Amino acid sequence: MEVRNLTCISCPMGCALTATLEGGEVISVTGNTCKRGDIYARKEVTNPTRIVTSTVRVTGGTADMVSVKTKEDIPKGKIFDCVTALKDVTVQAPVKIGDVILSDVAGTGVDIIATKSVEV
Amino acid sequence: MKQYDIVIIGGGPAGLAAAVSAKNSGIDSILILERDKELGGILNQCIHNGFGLHTFQEELTGPEYASRFIEQVEDLKIEYKLNTMVMDITEDKLVTAMNREEGLFEIQAKAVILAMGCRERSRGALNIPGYRPAGIYSAGTAQRLVNMEGFMPGREVVILGSGDIGLIMARRMTLEGAKVKVVSELMPYSGGLKRNIVQCLDDYGIPLKLSHTVVDIKGKERLEGVTLAEVDQKGKPISGTEEFYSCDTLLLSVGLIPENEISGGMGVEMNPVTSGPKVNESLETNIEGVFACGNVLHVHDLVDFVSEEAASAGKNAAAYVREGDRLENEKEIVLNPVEGVRYTVPGTICVNRMDEKLTVRFRVGGVFKNCYVSAYFDEERVIHRKRQVVAPGEMEQIQLTKEMLLKYPDLKTITVKIEEA
Repeated sequence: MEVRNLTCISCPMGCALTATLEGGEVISVTGNTCKRGDIYARKEVTNPTRIVTSTVRVTGGTADMVSVKTKEDIPKGKIFDCVTALKDVTVQAPVKIGDVILSDVAGTGVDIIATKSVEV
Repeated sequence: MKQYDIVIIGGGPAGLAAAVSAKNSGIDSILILERDKELGGILNQCIHNGFGLHTFQEELTGPEYASRFIEQVEDLKIEYKLNTMVMDITEDKLVTAMNREEGLFEIQAKAVILAMGCRERSRGALNIPGYRPAGIYSAGTAQRLVNMEGFMPGREVVILGSGDIGLIMARRMTLEGAKVKVVSELMPYSGGLKRNIVQCLDDYGIPLKLSHTVVDIKGKERLEGVTLAEVDQKGKPISGTEEFYSCDTLLLSVGLIPENEISGGMGVEMNPVTSGPKVNESLETNIEGVFACGNVLHVHDLVDFVSEEAASAGKNAAAYVREGDRLENEKEIVLNPVEGVRYTVPGTICVNRMDEKLTVRFRVGGVFKNCYVSAYFDEERVIHRKRQVVAPGEMEQIQLTKEMLLKYPDLKTITVKIEEA
């Protein structure tokens, strides 16, 4: 039996969670004050994922950079591959919030989208 | 001279939400004055996600959260001026501002909403000995350089202070290829949200040294390194615990100060604990028709609560414009923060003016485990809520209802405190 202590990040409460695993399976989660804590703990100990946010350069716009994010969360282990893939990306203004900046980042199947609009 | 019913100082999250709420409360003549070149305030540089869980039930980045409110401001055709600096406001709500197109100009407002936000505490406030080389930035300045202007301030980083911006920048600098060696926190607990410690430090193996501070800065032209030392309970460095970290960049995330020069100048009474205005249940200051909300009132952790608070200020300002002075001849209940509770916002309540529900927000002065948040109506304990943990880094709140308060017609003081179990 393996016990993992986690801090829930589903909301600002930050509940102290305890997940108990047996043979790689989660058998119990305690310390959560809502359902999201249970879901978070089960996922975090078996398949941790993160939304990754960053910026890419823009040319011809009112700003030099546009903020971007992974449209969905990606495996935690892929974070650095994701930011490396964004390193040399440059986009042309105008950019609209929600525009796909890079599709299927680092083989995750998840797109990078703009989180801000940049006018010409 | 132009006249508006409501002039809002600041177009960040507080100003935007206040404007939308005032407009939806039936006031058409509204003007937002913003000193930056775009609306949205600090959210524009907060490109990380986690905003909006309370307001929109989804996790948005800062710019996305701002855009939701900016769209509403545009749709509602609320007027705003960018690149415009407010220089002065008089007690009679005469606003003096300036920008490149109009020069210096005056606007007469019926009501003013203060929504100027806050600024970062700087190195000068810390008395760190040593040279003054290049490479020392406030965490927010570094955030703006990296996220908006596309510059990396350095490659090897030490962060002093574990406020949220420092934690967020620890991750951001790491993702951009820098080595963040350590985050040092003077207090025995972090000043940031737990989720930021998990996602910004733990995820990347960045050590957090509690009860540690910077005692020396090395480097004449450019920063070469800093010396950390452990501190005792009084915050004094313990001799023999010094440890040198070579680095070219030191980020300071050591607190935020509400930006109240204008408020002070117009005669708004300040709360020395929050460094923000003293306000009543309507978020109205001692000057009738002058309201405050967001980080200029007290520093928040979550923008969702800023929006909520600002919406309330907007609604109340609208009511003031419609109904005029509501401060006179009303009995006020005083909120008294004691035993672990540092302050409350609001500081006074008038039952006749309050809505059906009122959120009282406050911060605690230390970490308390298995405690109770209690409110005493004069001598009687009315609220007694169990909490696993409360900490200075996370704002707390209690809900009061009009119904509750009407049961105590002679109530003079509501004492809010932390009680150990």
